[in-house]
Amino acid sequence: MNFTLTKEQEMVRTVMREFAENEVKPIAADIDETGRFPRENVEKMARYNMLGIPFPEELGGAGGDELAYAIAVEELSRVCGTTGVILSAHTSLGCWPIYKYGTEEQKQKYLIPLAKGEKLGAFALTEPNAGTDAAGQQTIAVEDGDNYILNGSKIFITNGGQADVYIVFAMTDRTKGTRGISAFIVEKDTPGFTIGKIEEKMGIRASSTAELIFQNCVIPKENLLGELGKGFKIAMTTLDGGRIGIAAQALGIAQGALDETVQYLKERKQFGRSLSKFQGLQWMIADMATEIEAARMLVYRAAYNKANGLPYNKEAAMAKLFAANTAMNVTTKCVQLHGGYGYTKDYPVERMMRDAKITEIYEGTSQVQQMVIAGHLLR
Amino acid sequence: MAVKVIKEKCVGCGACIKVCPFDAIKMVDKKAVITDKCTACGQCVQKCPVKAIEKEEGKKGGVNVDEYRGVWVFAEQRGGELLNVAIELLGEGRKIADELDTELTAVLLGHNIDDDAETCIKYGADRVLYADSELLDVYTTDGYAKVIYDLIQERKPEILLIGATNIGRDLGPRLSARVHTGLTADCTRLDVDKENRRLMMTRPAFGGNLMATILCPNHRPQMSTVRPGVMEKAKPVEGRKGIIEKFAPKLTADDIKAKVVETVKSDKPVVALEEAPIIVSGGRGLGNAEGFKLIEELAKKLGGVVGASRATVDSQWIDQPHQVGQTGKTVRPGLYIACGISGAIQHLAGMQDSKCIIAINKDPNAPIFEVADYGIVGDLYEVIPAFIEALDNVDDIMEAIKAVK
Amino acid sequence: MKIIVCLKQVPDTNEVKIDPVKGTLIREGVPSIINPDDRNALEEALKIKDKCKDTVVTVVSMGPPQADVALKEALAIGADEAILLSDRAFAGSDTWATSTAIAGAIKNIGDYDIIFCGRQAIDGDTAQVGPQIAEHLGIPQITYVEELEILDGKVRAKRALEDGYFVVESEMPVLLTAIKELNEPRYPSIKGIYKAYRENKVTVWTANDYEVDRDNLGLDGSPTEVNKSFTPPGKASEVEMLNGDAKEAARQLVVRLKERKII
Repeated sequence: MNFTLTKEQEMVRTVMREFAENEVKPIAADIDETGRFPRENVEKMARYNMLGIPFPEELGGAGGDELAYAIAVEELSRVCGTTGVILSAHTSLGCWPIYKYGTEEQKQKYLIPLAKGEKLGAFALTEPNAGTDAAGQQTIAVEDGDNYILNGSKIFITNGGQADVYIVFAMTDRTKGTRGISAFIVEKDTPGFTIGKIEEKMGIRASSTAELIFQNCVIPKENLLGELGKGFKIAMTTLDGGRIGIAAQALGIAQGALDETVQYLKERKQFGRSLSKFQGLQWMIADMATEIEAARMLVYRAAYNKANGLPYNKEAAMAKLFAANTAMNVTTKCVQLHGGYGYTKDYPVERMMRDAKITEIYEGTSQVQQMVIAGHLLR
Repeated sequence: MAVKVIKEKCVGCGACIKVCPFDAIKMVDKKAVITDKCTACGQCVQKCPVKAIEKEEGKKGGVNVDEYRGVWVFAEQRGGELLNVAIELLGEGRKIADELDTELTAVLLGHNIDDDAETCIKYGADRVLYADSELLDVYTTDGYAKVIYDLIQERKPEILLIGATNIGRDLGPRLSARVHTGLTADCTRLDVDKENRRLMMTRPAFGGNLMATILCPNHRPQMSTVRPGVMEKAKPVEGRKGIIEKFAPKLTADDIKAKVVETVKSDKPVVALEEAPIIVSGGRGLGNAEGFKLIEELAKKLGGVVGASRATVDSQWIDQPHQVGQTGKTVRPGLYIACGISGAIQHLAGMQDSKCIIAINKDPNAPIFEVADYGIVGDLYEVIPAFIEALDNVDDIMEAIKAVK
Repeated sequence: MKIIVCLKQVPDTNEVKIDPVKGTLIREGVPSIINPDDRNALEEALKIKDKCKDTVVTVVSMGPPQADVALKEALAIGADEAILLSDRAFAGSDTWATSTAIAGAIKNIGDYDIIFCGRQAIDGDTAQVGPQIAEHLGIPQITYVEELEILDGKVRAKRALEDGYFVVESEMPVLLTAIKELNEPRYPSIKGIYKAYRENKVTVWTANDYEVDRDNLGLDGSPTEVNKSFTPPGKASEVEMLNGDAKEAARQLVVRLKERKII
């Protein structure tokens, strides 16, 4: 087993860390406060091929791999959970399905500009009545000559309202259950497609989480992604990979909180000495650091498997389950270690704790991850 | 490799490895081995408890150092005015020349600056080599390097001191390379090894984390640039006698390849707080927005930038970009002066890594004193004006101290 | 145009700490970076390349084998080719010996229009190597460049002074040293990183690979030598309170600061 990163992956980390510290960190608190989508940083990331890391150069990508991409999400999330998820949702959920299931024409038309960062991607599966029960799709797509007509709504769509290209799932044959769901590529501003409510959230507040409304939205037939009726499979396999991105986000958030707290403990004095001298607090730091390292191993392993064509369904679920749990655990303790100051906006840990919670919920709740893992063992 | 481990003596204790600033020693089979990263700084030689490391001499080249005599100072002038650093170097140069029992010469280049030549004598030079030419009116690398190089070849000084100004740092290395001698930059201290007529030049490295003493044993002149404000200014002696050699140097317009087409004096753009070498900060203790005028005055006097605590920004006594602290900027200047700032942890987080911290506060129990190097308990409206006045009279104060010692 | 950028891999001196007990430098875990001023030099070269597509940017660095990473990073940022001068013979060089080694390599590269250096490295802090290379090559220099214009066959630069600037013109070839104010350096691109490792355009030259005066290399070829090194007195753990009335305390403060050479 080789536990070292490749030289390229190490350099990706160095560059992402520099970018995160110089460009992302200075505005992180502000965009959380105002809920402003950091468009300028998305554009900067595009310039450096950060929005297409795991895709080949011929398809507009950077020619990197899944592990380098996971590291990129981790480094961004370390200073800003929002920026991490913007990248993750775009890359794993918006770009990857086209990469895996798209026709040559679709790849040329959509994947290349997405991977280049000229366009931003999103993934629309969740509906008001279809969350964990994703198969309960109520959005319908009816064939009409050379087109499909979409009707329905989606909620909680990450990058919704900011994205240019959406992978939208809809029922094409009610009678076939999950085999009656299909996937479509929908461009923004298509007549009949409007953005509804933008959610006000507890955390990742500058990530645009939107309602999508389809009213007799006409989609050309060539925008059917993959085979008719194969939409559910596309959704599930896409989410497998998306899990790695979110696990990386959770890992980054946890690491960022720990780094801030270590610094604080050295600075803060009570009872005549630095907090770092108190054994009880030292134990907390040790436990958190160990937990984060364990999460890191799971995340990198899942990414490695995906990058090398090995099965990763169970590994990705374990990674997300554990990393999200770690993020929540660690950030909560980090606020505690800051005492009263940690509860104020003067310090970033309260934002990190609010950001951490969502990692246990989206792209498959922790309970769903448990079902996936148990499924492997108890088959 | 000039630094060698005497294998038989080495006991494998690893003390040398711990102390090496360049990571250049490793342990192989319980014996220390010095790698290519070695710069012969000598820390390991000093540290070894069994004296198992030695430095070998293997130097090539050099000149006959006995042929070189005299301490020279480059008397930098701009717009006809001698810079303060030139006067500081004359003061230091005088000390060195006296210790070496030799002459102090000022090297002055320019056009129609006879009075500057007189000034050099007044400040301690025994001789002034004054090259007068229109082509030397404004500094150019090619013009100044050629003239001084010719002088060095002719007169063979043993030491040449240059002020480490933007110009001095352009001239020094060009000249030292032309002469093929050693140059030590930004020296903060110069000592003399009388017996060997060597200058011992001490300077900071690694961003100031390490100090090194450098020698130039076999090449001449031993060249050194010195930062402005480091050495003490020379005392002027009215009526002092000296020799002024004014001459027209061998220099043509063709010799000057990089030509200065325009000189522009401008107010330096506002330095970013994070880059400022000196910050003077005001806190709630100022009492009102007016107080920042005093802070600005002190900052200007020191060539620094104004900072502020969160409380003053919240009270709108000053704008947010000046705020230092957890929700403001993090700074680590060479000097941070906290005036009327209590030192809440959010503020400390933004400045406690400053190299030198001064705190002025009415409250002797203010937490700021815990991170300060120097503290004054008092009314900042009395202390700051007194500080500004003392800065104006710093030369007299230092004189008075010396007289007492 | 042919531009050569001189670059140095340095420890991030912001991260270097002093061991308070031993009074020694802690080098462990300190990341190596491309010297910041050199990033500005490289950026300016790439800006010229952005405007003039047939510009070739070659990066040269003298260092141990590990400096390869810094050169790969320079390629990832956009340089076309990189040369690492690495040889035991270079070890222990002062600025004279360093500039000799680099100037020799540049002569070996052939023709060039501009040599770009960073003003100074954050570990040595001397700002000497650039001008010394220019002297060895016999070309004009403009240091402290804060703004640059390429004109026909020559350059025009704003050269920073403490209280203003000179506008300096020179024909090419010319050596320029860059300061931070010159530009905002771009980051390496992700595509650039993979390309740099895949194409591996870093060539290593030893002292045998080009013509250079061996007597002027390394420790033995250096006119200056380190006599001793030490860590400066650290921060006192206790604050020194200055007593007396305002005038007296201010006086004492000025004395302390002057003695410590802070003012």
